[in-house]
Amino acid sequence: MEYLMFVVVDPTGEPSDESPQAWVDELEAAGTRLHGDRLRPVEDATTVRVRNGEVIVTDGPFTESKEWIAGYDLLECDSLEEAVAAAAKHPMARAGAVEVRAAWPFDLGNAPEASTAEEAAQ
Amino acid sequence: MKYFMFVVEDPTAEPYVPEEDNIGAWVEEMTARGVNQKGDRLRPAAEAKTVRRRGDELIVTDGPFTESREVIAGYDILECADLDEAIEVASKHPMARFGRIEIRPFWIWE
Amino acid sequence: MVSTLIRITGDWSLAEDCTAEAFEAALEKWERDGVPRNPGAWLTTVAKNRALDRLRRATNEAKKLKEVAIMNELEEPADAEDVSDDRLRLIFTCCHPALPLEARVALTLRTVAGLTTPEIASAFLVPEATMAQRIVRAKRKITNAGIPYRVPPVHLLPERLGGVLSVLYLLFNEGYSASSGTQLVRTDLAGEAIRLTRAVVGLMPDEPEATGLLALMLLQHSRRDARLDPAGELVTLDEQDRSLWDHAAIAEGLSLVTERGGGYQLQAAIAAVHARAMQPESTAWHEVVALYDRLAALSPTPVVALNRAIAIGMAHGFETGLAEIDRVAASGGLGGYYLVAAARADFLRRLGRRGEAAAEYRRALETAPTEPEQRFLVRRLEQVEAG
Repeated sequence: MEYLMFVVVDPTGEPSDESPQAWVDELEAAGTRLHGDRLRPVEDATTVRVRNGEVIVTDGPFTESKEWIAGYDLLECDSLEEAVAAAAKHPMARAGAVEVRAAWPFDLGNAPEASTAEEAAQ
Repeated sequence: MKYFMFVVEDPTAEPYVPEEDNIGAWVEEMTARGVNQKGDRLRPAAEAKTVRRRGDELIVTDGPFTESREVIAGYDILECADLDEAIEVASKHPMARFGRIEIRPFWIWE
Repeated sequence: MVSTLIRITGDWSLAEDCTAEAFEAALEKWERDGVPRNPGAWLTTVAKNRALDRLRRATNEAKKLKEVAIMNELEEPADAEDVSDDRLRLIFTCCHPALPLEARVALTLRTVAGLTTPEIASAFLVPEATMAQRIVRAKRKITNAGIPYRVPPVHLLPERLGGVLSVLYLLFNEGYSASSGTQLVRTDLAGEAIRLTRAVVGLMPDEPEATGLLALMLLQHSRRDARLDPAGELVTLDEQDRSLWDHAAIAEGLSLVTERGGGYQLQAAIAAVHARAMQPESTAWHEVVALYDRLAALSPTPVVALNRAIAIGMAHGFETGLAEIDRVAASGGLGGYYLVAAARADFLRRLGRRGEAAAEYRRALETAPTEPEQRFLVRRLEQVEAG
C-alpha cells in the first residue's frame, strides 16, 4: 500500500546536519521508497480557490502555520506501522517532524460520490 | 515545470455539492493532457501519524503535523508549462471550490 | 480594494490622495512578510534526483536562458524607448496575483517606474533592507514558481487587470502626494502612472475600470499646478485658481467618464463634477452625494463613508455634515485618521464655532502625515484663533 510521507520543518526540532542520503538509499534498496523530492519553501507557494465562480489566486501556502512541508516521499509499505517505522528513521524526525498518511484511491469506476462526500464531510 | 499540488479541506469554502464533484472528469482530462503525473486522495487526517524524535524519545502522535482547520485531503504531482497552467489545472479541480488548493514548485537541485 | 479617494471638499482636499492613508488601508490587508526559513541540512541531494536534475537542466537550457532574460529585464528599469509591449509584459508580470500585493507594488515601482529601493522603502514606511528583500524575493518567486513573462492571454485579462490597476493607482498616488516628508507632489511619477494606464487602456479599450482609472488620474492630475502656491504651500480645492487647471487633461478625463459605475468610474465621475464647476460655488454637490451613495454601496469602507459625510455637509448644511461625520466616526474603523478631525474642524470653522474648530485642528495636527499638511493645519488654526 502506498503511504505519503510529508517532511516537515518544525521549529521545535533539534537542528541537525544529517543528510537523508543514507535513509533514501536504504529504503530505495528495500523497495520501500518509490520516489520523493524536496519542494520550494512556502514563499514560493500559490493558493488557488474558486468562490462564486471566481478563481482567486493568492500568494502563500494553504495554511499559515509555523510548521510547513519541505518535501515528500512516497512509500510502499505493508502497514501503517511499517510506514511509521520508516518515517522514524528519517533525520527530519529529529530535526523537524514527519507525517505519514495512507493513500486512499478513488474507485472511479463506481460511485465516487459516496467516498468523496465522506471525505468532504470531515 | 513540476508542481506539488496540495488538495486541502477548507471550512470556509463553498458547501459540498456531490453532483458537482467532477473529480473523475478532472483526472481524466489532466491525465490525457499529460499534466497529472501521479496523485491520490489520502486517508482522513485523524488517521495520520506524525513522528518526532526529541532527546531520547520517539514521539508518535495521531493526526497531522499541524493543528489547523485546513487539512490536506489529497495530492497530485503536476507537470505544467508555467504557473498559469498550474493555476488553471488547480482551478478546475472540484476541491478548488469545496476546499482550497496549494501549488508548490519542486525544488530542482542547483 | 480600498483606494484613497480624492478629497473633494474644502480643507480636507489638502490630503486629496493622502498616500499614507492609502498605504495604511492597504497595509491592513497585506499579508505579513514571510520570515526566511532555512530548512536545514536535510535538503541535500539525492543520487537519483541528481541524475534526473542534470537531465532536466540540459533540456531546460533554453528555458534557463529565457529566465535569465526575464531576470535581466526585471533587474533594469524599463528604458523610455522600449516598445510599450515590453512594458505591458513587465507590468502584468510584476502584478501577477501569485505575488503578494506589497511585492507587486514594490516590484512595479522598481522595475517599471524606476524608483530606487530607498524611495520605495520610504513610501511604504519600511526599512530599506526590508524593501530590498521584498523585491528580491518577488523576483525569485517569479523564477522559482514559473510565473510567465507575458501579457496574459485574452481569457485571463479581465481578472488580471484588477491587480494591475490597483498597482497603477498606488503608483499614481505616490506621485500625487508623497507619503512622508517634505514634498507633496511628485509629478514625474504621476505622469508615469498615467502613461502606463494609457497603455493598459490601449490594450483593453472596452474595459470601463481601466478607462475609469485613467479618467480619475487625468482629472486629479489636471490640478497639479494649482495645488501648491508659489511658496510651495497647499491650496485646497475650493481656494485653487481654476485657471491653472490643465483643461486639456480635464477635457480628456471628462470624455472617459461613463455611466458604467465600477469603483474607478465612480471616483472619476465625482472628480468630473468638480472639474466641471467654473468656481467652487457652482459645484453640483447633490450629484456628488448621489455618486458617493453608489460608491458606498460598492465599497462600504470608512474612508468612503467619511467623504460621503463631507459631501452631505456641503450639500445639506454644515450641521447636517457634522452629524454625519460623527456618525461615521462612531461606527469605527477610522481610528486616529486625521481627516476626521480636519473635516470636523472645517465645518466648525465655517459655522463660526472657532473654539471647537481650534480644538479639532490641534487634534488633526497630531496625526497629519506630511509637513505641507501640517503647515496647512497650523495656518487654519491660527486663522480661527485670531478670530
